[in-house]
Amino acid sequence: MATRQRTTVMPPNSGAHRGKPFTAETEYPVGTGAETDTVAGERAVDFYRQMVFIRRFEERAARAYTQALIGGYCHLNLGEEAAVVGLMAALRPTDYLFTNYREHGYALTRGIEPERVMAELFGRSDGVSKGWGGSMHMFDLEKRMLGGYGIVGGQIPLATGAALAIDYRGVDEIVMCTMGDGTTNIGAFHESLNIAALWSLPIVYVVINNRLGMATTVDKSSAEPELYKRASSYRMEAERVDGIDPVAVFEGAQRAAAVARAGKPFLLEVMTERLRGHSVVDPGKYRGAEAIALTKERDPLVTFAAHLVDNGLLTETEITVINDDAINRATAAAAFAEASPFPHVSTLFDYTYATPVANDSHRLPGQPLFEPAPFLQSEVTR
Amino acid sequence: MSVMTYRQALRDALRSEMHRNADVFLMGEEIGLFDGAYKITAGLLDEFGEKRVRDTAIAEEGFTGAAIGAAMLGLRPVVEIMTINFSLLALDQIVNHAAKIYGMFGGQARVPLVIRTPGGGGQQLGATHSQNIELFYAFVPGMKVVAPSTPADAKAMMLAAIRDDDPVLFLENLSLYNTTGEVPDEDIPAEIGKAAVTRRGADITLIGYSRMAYVAARVAEELAESDGLDIEVIDLRSLRPLDRKTVVESVKKTHAAVVLEDDWLTYGIGAEIAATISDGGFDYLDAPVRRVAMAEVPMPYSKPLETAALPSADDVIGAIRQTLDAVGRRTLMENKS
Repeated sequence: MATRQRTTVMPPNSGAHRGKPFTAETEYPVGTGAETDTVAGERAVDFYRQMVFIRRFEERAARAYTQALIGGYCHLNLGEEAAVVGLMAALRPTDYLFTNYREHGYALTRGIEPERVMAELFGRSDGVSKGWGGSMHMFDLEKRMLGGYGIVGGQIPLATGAALAIDYRGVDEIVMCTMGDGTTNIGAFHESLNIAALWSLPIVYVVINNRLGMATTVDKSSAEPELYKRASSYRMEAERVDGIDPVAVFEGAQRAAAVARAGKPFLLEVMTERLRGHSVVDPGKYRGAEAIALTKERDPLVTFAAHLVDNGLLTETEITVINDDAINRATAAAAFAEASPFPHVSTLFDYTYATPVANDSHRLPGQPLFEPAPFLQSEVTR
Repeated sequence: MSVMTYRQALRDALRSEMHRNADVFLMGEEIGLFDGAYKITAGLLDEFGEKRVRDTAIAEEGFTGAAIGAAMLGLRPVVEIMTINFSLLALDQIVNHAAKIYGMFGGQARVPLVIRTPGGGGQQLGATHSQNIELFYAFVPGMKVVAPSTPADAKAMMLAAIRDDDPVLFLENLSLYNTTGEVPDEDIPAEIGKAAVTRRGADITLIGYSRMAYVAARVAEELAESDGLDIEVIDLRSLRPLDRKTVVESVKKTHAAVVLEDDWLTYGIGAEIAATISDGGFDYLDAPVRRVAMAEVPMPYSKPLETAALPSADDVIGAIRQTLDAVGRRTLMENKS
């Protein structure tokens, strides 16, 4: 592993940043681990196992998409596996997660059964959102995954409000809210960070920076391309970590979570790679050969596997077993999804309102508002 | 029963629900220290403290979205957006999130949120502060939109909105805040989704909501005295869901209708009412349905221009007379043939 540690932590209220620009070549000193849990070998292997499963699940989903078993948009976590796994490991079961539309890996790692995630992609009734959400809108109250959201930045005010509710009730929980790099330019991001800082809310904002908002690079969209620095406007602690190393992400997320548990918001920037296009249908032709080569070099599955083998934590044989197991589980999830029934059309009006209300329309397209007048009815029946 | 203003009725309902349920809290710009831009929340900061009466930054999208998120975790926030014009800054959070969350996650998360906001014109506030854009929210399934016109309804509908598990846009009106009426002392929530026939009559139906329901009631009284007209008045009260049946049943009886609205006519709420009458009451109509709405201009500042742009009682009376005239001519023609 080339990079193992964070770049900087901004001291509270100092306004100062000691970070330096991240590049793939930058080597950061390995942390002492004094301020966080260290990651033992067994846990590192478990991280790897989860990462491999996300990869194989996403590849299986991409195949199902090309087979027209999945509709709509389909954004994959390919290249972000280390980020997803490291972040989720820092959360407790009682913490809440809000994320965006690139979310399958989060749902899986948060502990939702892969069968229900795949069934949601297939639009089936056993899906985690009963087929109402699809790829972008997975939700599971028990796992405290409070949604994937499709509008860029839409989840940020919501997550901030969830943190407000935690603060209001005085319970020992936090919220994690993930977003892409492009999202940091939207007003909702800035309004929310301001509110969270003013009200000292227990929330970790996470920017997954793969340097691409669809095809637009961070340099072209953000006047401050070192995105974690944006937190300084809100006197919020922030840090940037290397997102191809799950241990670095985990440790950074733990530091961030500790700040949130102490009642302060935190902004964590995770430098990741997007191995493929923006979504399944995007061939990504706008990227130069050099950028693609660099991204491939930073494939977290490859680099972390090498790290584990080098350190004697895994053998090539064990890697094969982990891989085969992941393929089998993804295949089983797809089989389950395909066998799951579609939701019945009779349920179309079940989820407009939680509190039943007078005069709610249950009319299908083309149906009249009113039955014809009696004298017209009699003519028809004659 | 007590006689009180629309403003006082709203405040009483908020206060009562805050006492009843510790999960109810208020958020908005200037609602605490300043007592609210229109003083609806006067004194509540002193009574309930900063935790439950939260002054926010000027960040409609941020604090409205935060209220939605808090509601998802089971709190019952009541957000004040200073006027409905500023709700446009929170449109994404209201339309793409509050209204969608229950459905798009398959019924797993509820959003028990109330957004209080006044519409209105006639205060010389100019183009960006005088709009009536409740239609934007009434258009969206998943939203509930209520628009009380009396102090009694203001209280009863606020109680209902706060106890409801769905996002409710609660439309107030600047010119109604000082109107008075009898209000029950007990807390009896209204039933959302139902219109009210506020005056029985046989000659023609007037349909309105919010300020225009108030105008309709006044006009009906006036014409009963001056012309002996027997006018039926419907206060829609709820814009989504819309109580189409009450409207159509009335028109079946009166055979004529005038729809009153403070928003713009083209694509406005009156258009939906007229279409409803066409669908359910076509064979009972003796004259085309007339709509009285605001002139289709950005609201001017200057008083004579503003007055001309807003629908007035005289505009309504004119539309009623013309409609009844059309009914009379039709009856005359039918009697001849």
